[in-house]
Amino acid sequence: MNFKKLLTRPEFGAFIAAVGIFVFFAAVAGEGFLSISGTINYLEVAAQVGILAVSVSLLMIAGEFDLSVGSTIGASGMIIALAVTQFGWPLWLSIILAFLFSLLVGYVNGWLVVATRLPSFIITLASMFLLRGLTIGFTLLITNVTRASGLGTYAEGDFLAPLFLGRPLGLPISIWWWIGLSVILGWMLFRTPFGNWVFAAGGDPLAARNVGVPVARVKISLFMLTAVSATLLAVIQVLDTGSADVLRGEQKELEAIASAVIGGCLLSGGYGSVYGAAIGALILGMVQEGIVFTHISTDWFRAVLGGMLLAAVLLNNYLRQRALRSR
Amino acid sequence: MDPIIKLEGISKQFGKVNALENISFELYPGEVHCLLGDNGAGKSTLIKILSGVHRPTRGQFLFEGKPVQLDSPRQALDLGIATVFQDLAMLSLMSITRNFFLGREPKKRLGPVQLFDSTYAAKVTEEELRKIGIKIRDADQPVGTLSGGERQAVAIARAVYFGAKVLILDEPTSALGVKEAAVVLKYIVQSKLKGIGVIFITHNVHHAWAVGDTFTVLNRGRSYGTFKREQTHRENLLQMMAGGEELDELAVELDLISKREPGQAGEMEHRVAEELD
Repeated sequence: MNFKKLLTRPEFGAFIAAVGIFVFFAAVAGEGFLSISGTINYLEVAAQVGILAVSVSLLMIAGEFDLSVGSTIGASGMIIALAVTQFGWPLWLSIILAFLFSLLVGYVNGWLVVATRLPSFIITLASMFLLRGLTIGFTLLITNVTRASGLGTYAEGDFLAPLFLGRPLGLPISIWWWIGLSVILGWMLFRTPFGNWVFAAGGDPLAARNVGVPVARVKISLFMLTAVSATLLAVIQVLDTGSADVLRGEQKELEAIASAVIGGCLLSGGYGSVYGAAIGALILGMVQEGIVFTHISTDWFRAVLGGMLLAAVLLNNYLRQRALRSR
Repeated sequence: MDPIIKLEGISKQFGKVNALENISFELYPGEVHCLLGDNGAGKSTLIKILSGVHRPTRGQFLFEGKPVQLDSPRQALDLGIATVFQDLAMLSLMSITRNFFLGREPKKRLGPVQLFDSTYAAKVTEEELRKIGIKIRDADQPVGTLSGGERQAVAIARAVYFGAKVLILDEPTSALGVKEAAVVLKYIVQSKLKGIGVIFITHNVHHAWAVGDTFTVLNRGRSYGTFKREQTHRENLLQMMAGGEELDELAVELDLISKREPGQAGEMEHRVAEELD
């Protein structure tokens, strides 16, 4: 691949930014940031956003938003906690229940968007509030508290738990999931017919339908994918911390969208990259953890994030226009 | 030779509006059939019926002699009726190769997974583009880097490559400059020589006359009739498209206005009527 072609790739801007930010923190924050534990620290933060961002980026390329992923994290965590502690279910069955629940949430989100033709922003804003409210309401109704802890013991001897728990080869499991999902979904986007349909569904749904692309099916399956990735993150968090909280996952949906946009996704769909979103998550992780090592208060993180997002949108906009001009 | 498409007494109503009334129409293989008409004449409705977007309210649609009912553009496409819509049906941020094969991706297997065979797709796309004389550096570049005429040509090449028997072109030259339009017109003739039946929708009589074998003129949802090239001439078609008499009336009116004679508007109308008698 020649250099000019590299320039026109959607993730190019994010890649340069990631290198720049790494160099910056390596110079300013020094050894703490560069140490193995420091590296694992920011990779883990990045992984938590990245697991969501890679599937959210696919949905955005297909022209839709999912604001309900954060609420799905909270709901899935509580479903597992309640099933285990209140109903005495084995952990593996509770995890499967949570995944089935997220498939249903994703299907309903997607079906409503496709059937009503309303903007997914509004539909999933509604499901964001609905899910969060139902999670809080039912949890209080059943247990009288909004938190469940001591779940770690249930993982012992459970056959499904090792998939979501521990540190294979010294790296937290979330990092493996993040890398694995990025590779598989990125591959799916660029290398399979389905990936072609994802671009087309977002670029021009009418034109895509006219040549026989099953646009509705593509969109609904991607809503199901984002919901499932939210549950995946919830399971990892529950097993890692041994607890579930009704408020868990708040604002995660926005961080995932921010990562996807920093990674080159267009808000209007039809353009973007899974790899870009993964790099976007890496940037978020590096900045959030890097700030800690610079002894600047972490309260500034959101301001930095906002500034980065704005810069990313402007840069990507410029790069995309260049891509369309060059021939 | 039998017609590949035959419409008999096709009508289409949207609520109380008659968009098309009693249209009959035949298309033969290797023929360029021009569909002419001013804005609102019913051209769009007719091609939407031909391409499977709308179903006619009344009338019969025969394809290769057999009656058909089309429920979707995809169904029409499977029969071999390919439509290049005015808004191009091309995704400008997607690569030329991906656009070319959208919905009909070539596949290769890797174990249980079906992959998009991008090497093969790129090879075919580059070959087809070379055949129609479009020079590109790389079929991987976005469609947005092509000019309007080139995009039309790629869309036509795609339809031809996938074995279209009927090619419906919706105003393919209307947004183009003279040189670009010539490229598209050349490609229409090339498709016809391959034995494809081409329906060329336009309101530009000059473009129609340059390539057309047969001409059907629509006006306000009705057909003024179908004419062979030998039976008519360009001015005749132009006259019919504008609605003949209306154009005469306008000419007289404009003439009077330009003389700037004092008098009331009502008087002018009276005078127009007088002159026309």
